[in-house]
Amino acid sequence: MPWEFNPNIPIYLQLMDKIKLGMIAGIYPPGSKMPSVRDLANDAGVNPNTMQKALSELERDNLLFSQRTSGRYVTEDKIMVENLRQDLAEKQMQRFFSAMEELGIPREQIPVLINKALQKQSLQKTAKEMN
Amino acid sequence: METTDTMQTNDTMDAIEIMPKTIVTANHLTKCFGENCAIDDLSFNLQGGRITGLLGPNGSGKTTLLKLCNGLLKPDSGEILINGIAPGIESKKFISYLPERTYLNKWMKINDLLDFFTDFYTDFDKVKALEMLKALGLDKKTRLKTLSKGNREKVQLVLVMSRNAGLYLLDEPIGGVDPAARDYILKTILSNYQDNAAILLSTHLIQDVEHIFDDCIFLANGKINLQGSVDDIREEHGKSLDTLFREVFRC
Repeated sequence: MPWEFNPNIPIYLQLMDKIKLGMIAGIYPPGSKMPSVRDLANDAGVNPNTMQKALSELERDNLLFSQRTSGRYVTEDKIMVENLRQDLAEKQMQRFFSAMEELGIPREQIPVLINKALQKQSLQKTAKEMN
Repeated sequence: METTDTMQTNDTMDAIEIMPKTIVTANHLTKCFGENCAIDDLSFNLQGGRITGLLGPNGSGKTTLLKLCNGLLKPDSGEILINGIAPGIESKKFISYLPERTYLNKWMKINDLLDFFTDFYTDFDKVKALEMLKALGLDKKTRLKTLSKGNREKVQLVLVMSRNAGLYLLDEPIGGVDPAARDYILKTILSNYQDNAAILLSTHLIQDVEHIFDDCIFLANGKINLQGSVDDIREEHGKSLDTLFREVFRC
């Protein structure tokens, strides 16, 4: 199944994000070998050159590294992967804040709303478990 | 540009950048039909290992350009070179061409066509063709005559993509096929072409294909309107090729 892309944004950037998510989610654990460019490109349904560019960029960010003869690996630095998670979480928060702003909700209201939503969710969860 | 290594291996810091080979060169290429210049003083290069989308409104010269590339038309002035030589008998071995209309004999069975292509082209991979036909659910004992238009197009595309060619010229390859087969065909194009081969693909269905392009050429009235790396264009304009196309060629 090809990955989904937003056609307005360069595809290599979206591939980078997708691979970063994979690293956080443990699909590509620290120190593990990455699949070949061809295989990854095939999975994603994109041009191998585009995948190559995404991987080169990730390499430049030191999230991946190449071993001359054996292929490309995920960084062994677990702290880096953890930082990645924090970065992406922060980005999501920013997105959330701007969405709230558009809705005209004052900043001080946001924590209240979050707590309410969390409570509701845990109630639903326990209700589901009871069933 | 980033380093374009050979897919399988990796580029390390000290990797030598392999110079991509130029497959197609056009210099001031011009082709007129009477008063109307379908291709007007066009100059560009196509590199090996890259997929280029040839995009433009109806009558912008896409098909004419593809026909000039494979020698079906002769330029009025300027030149077009394939691998450094003018299109001719030699270039036929090198180019796999999907015309806008099929030239295959309708009385033939798919099986006959496979033999036909095996005889004609030394680079034809019959095993690959059979594999694709099977995946698309086409029985090789069927006569072309009894197939639907879309299925006929699929057969033609299978034949063209089963060659291990150096240059693929695809004129509207997915126009008549259903979305599911479209996905399969695009996947086949991506996984089948050699690392050093070039693909020039003309289409109107930009949205469906734009994620497989490396580069694109916008053609308008026989001239290049926009040319470049697709991701650079997205970055620069902040929009998809499809959206950009609709803006540039708004009627």
